[in-house]
Amino acid sequence: MSPSDMSNNITNVVIAGLGGQGVLKASDILASAVFLAGFDVKKSEIHGMSQRGGSVSSDVRFGKKVFSPMVPPGKADCLVVLSQSQIEVARPMLKAGGALIEPGMIDEARLSNKKSLNVALLGALARHLDLADNLWHAAIQAALPEKLHAANLQAFAIGKGT
Amino acid sequence: MSQQQELGRRLTSGNQAVAQAALHAGVKLGTGYPGTPSTEILEFFDSMGGPAQWAPNEKVALEVGIGAAFAGARALVTMKHVGLNVAADPLFTVAYTGVSGGLVIVSADDPGMASSQNEQDNRRFAVAAGLPMLEPADSQEAYDFTLRAFALSERWHVPVLLRMTTRVCHSATVLQTPGYCLSPAKPANFVRDVPGRVMIPAYARPAHKRLRAKLAELAVWNDSEGPNATVEGDKALGIITSGISFQHVREAAPSARVLKIGLTYPLPVETMRRFAASVERCLVVEEGDPFLYEAARTAGIAVENKPEMYRFGELNVERVGRIVAGDTSPEPAPTPGKPPELCPGCPHRNVFEVLHDLDCIVSGDIGCYTLGVLPPFSAMDTCVCMGASIGVGLGLRHTLPPEQARRVVSVIGDSTFVHSGITGLIEMVYNPPPTGHVLVILDNGTTAMTGLQEHPGTGRRLNHETTSKLSFEELARSLGIKNIHVIDPILDSAGIPRVLREALAKDELSLIIARRPCLLAAGAIKIREKTNVPK
Repeated sequence: MSPSDMSNNITNVVIAGLGGQGVLKASDILASAVFLAGFDVKKSEIHGMSQRGGSVSSDVRFGKKVFSPMVPPGKADCLVVLSQSQIEVARPMLKAGGALIEPGMIDEARLSNKKSLNVALLGALARHLDLADNLWHAAIQAALPEKLHAANLQAFAIGKGT
Repeated sequence: MSQQQELGRRLTSGNQAVAQAALHAGVKLGTGYPGTPSTEILEFFDSMGGPAQWAPNEKVALEVGIGAAFAGARALVTMKHVGLNVAADPLFTVAYTGVSGGLVIVSADDPGMASSQNEQDNRRFAVAAGLPMLEPADSQEAYDFTLRAFALSERWHVPVLLRMTTRVCHSATVLQTPGYCLSPAKPANFVRDVPGRVMIPAYARPAHKRLRAKLAELAVWNDSEGPNATVEGDKALGIITSGISFQHVREAAPSARVLKIGLTYPLPVETMRRFAASVERCLVVEEGDPFLYEAARTAGIAVENKPEMYRFGELNVERVGRIVAGDTSPEPAPTPGKPPELCPGCPHRNVFEVLHDLDCIVSGDIGCYTLGVLPPFSAMDTCVCMGASIGVGLGLRHTLPPEQARRVVSVIGDSTFVHSGITGLIEMVYNPPPTGHVLVILDNGTTAMTGLQEHPGTGRRLNHETTSKLSFEELARSLGIKNIHVIDPILDSAGIPRVLREALAKDELSLIIARRPCLLAAGAIKIREKTNVPK
C-alpha cells in the first residue's frame, strides 16, 4: 500500500504462531517501527496460559486514528504466521486479497540465529508496508539486547530480500 | 526513540502506564500478588525505580497497602479480578475506615478468560463494598485515571478501585505525558484516629454513614465534573459505554452519539438520563454483566440492553456491530488453535504421569500445572481457586467410601501453596480424614504461570534480592506431619511413584515435595543464587 493509503486508513497486521516463538516480540518491533513513523498505533495481545506452547497471536493496527486495539476477523491486510501449523488457524483473520507471510518464504538455513525467524518474517512483511528501513532497524535494536542486534538485522535483511 | 521519550510521547501498555503514573504520583509502596493480566504493573514500577514488592496473597497485599495509606502515604495495590475475592475482607471494611494517604486498588478483569478460571465482573465489587471505581479505555486513561484515582482517594479519604481489563492492560497505545496533574504526595506521618480506624460496632456504625455520605457527594461530583465524555453524533442512536467497549463502539458505530463513562461507580445518573433523552434509541454496550444497564433501568432511564449472548466473552468491533444491529444469530465458531501444554522437559510432567498411572483422584490447583488436566496426562479432577486443592481434597477424603478416598491426592504449586495453601495444610492436620491424606507440592521455585515471579518460598523479593526463605518441609514438620519426602522428579524419576504408592497405602498424612526449578527460570535462578550471597 502507498503512503497515502497508510495515512488515511487503518492498516491491520496480525502476527500468529505458538507460545515461545517470539510472536509478541515481533509485534513489539512492528508497533514500535510504525510509532516512530508518526502513526497512531495500537497493539493487542494475550498473555498467560496460551504462552505455554499454545496458539498465540498479536494484533497491530495503525493509521491516523485507531480505536479498537483488536483486528476484526477477516480484516487483516497482512497476516504473519511464524509456524506452518498455525496458518490455517490464523487464516480467517486475513482479508480477501491480503498478504500472507509465512515461514516457507524464508530460507532458514541462512539465518545466523534460528530464533530470529520472527524478525526475518518482519523483513518479509516490510515489503508490504511503506516504512523506512532505519525505523525498522531502530525498533529492532530497541526491542532486543545488543548481542542479538547483528543476527536480527541480518534476519530482517534476508526477509526483506535486501 | 529517545527523542520521542523526551517529548513525553511513547507507546506503552496499560500496565506500564499505571506504573508510570504511580511513579509520577510518588507512590511510597506498590504491593500485590501476580495474576494475569495485572502482573507487569509492579514489575514495571520496580524497573522504573518505584518501591514494589510481592505479598504472599492479595489479602495481605491490600492490608499492607491500607497500613501505608493510614500512615498518610500513597499506596498502589495490584491484583487480577479473582484476587479481589481474596482481598474482599479488608476491602469491605477499609471502605468504612477510609484512608489518609491515597489508596488505589487495581482490579484487572479478564473477560473471555484468556488466563483465568472465571470472568466475574468486578464492577459489582464497587457497588458491594461502596468504593468509587474508575475504568480506563486505553493507556492514556490508564495513566490519567491512576492519577485521578489518587486525587479522588485523598479528596474523599476513600480507597479507589481502578478496573482494568485484559485489552487495556495488555494493549500498547500512545501515551502522552504529562497528562492529568496531581498535587504532590505528603510525607507519611501517624495521626491517631481511633474511632475512624478501629472498626468495633460502635465506631463502625457511624463509619458506614460517613461512607454513604461520601458516595452521595461523589455521585454529584461525577455528574458535574466526572471523567465522562460525550462524542457528538446522529441522534438516531445513542450508546452508553465504558472502558475498552468504548473503542469498539467508536469503530462499529462511527455515526452514533456516545456517552463514555469514566467513573462507573457511583454513576453519573443525571448525565445518563439527559443523554438517553437526547437520542431516539439508547443502547448500553458493555462487556460482561449488564452493570450500566441495570443501574440505568433502576433509575428509570429507558435504555436497551445487549442480547444475553454477548454477556459471555470479550466484546470486539464485530460483536458490537451485531449488538447495534440486534443480531442474535449464532456467531461463527473461532478456528480451534493449539491448546497450551506443559513445556517439554517440565518437571511437573513426571508427576502427572504417575498420578495418571496410579488412577489417583486429583484435587488440583491454579498454575501452569493445571495443564495436567489435558492429555496425555488427564490427571486432574478438580480446580476451583487458589489453594482449593487441599480443602477440596480433604472434603473428598472425608466423605468418599474408603477405597475411593485412598486414591485422593491434592496437588498444588509452590507459589499457590504460599498464597492460600498453608491454611489448608493446617486444616489437614487439625481435621485429618480417617484415611489420612496425601499432599504434593510441585515446587518449581517460581510463580511460573504469570511469568516467573518470586514468592516467599524462593527466598528472593520482587527485585530478586535475597530475603528470608520459607521452607515448606520445616513448616509441615512444625505442624506435626511425619511423612515428608523431598524428591527431584527429574533426577529421581523412580522416586515419585515409589513414595506416592507408599503414601497412598498408609492411612496417615503425607507431604511430597517434588522440587526441581522450572525450565524457563532455572538459568536465572542459578545466576541469582550465585550473585545474591545471603547476609
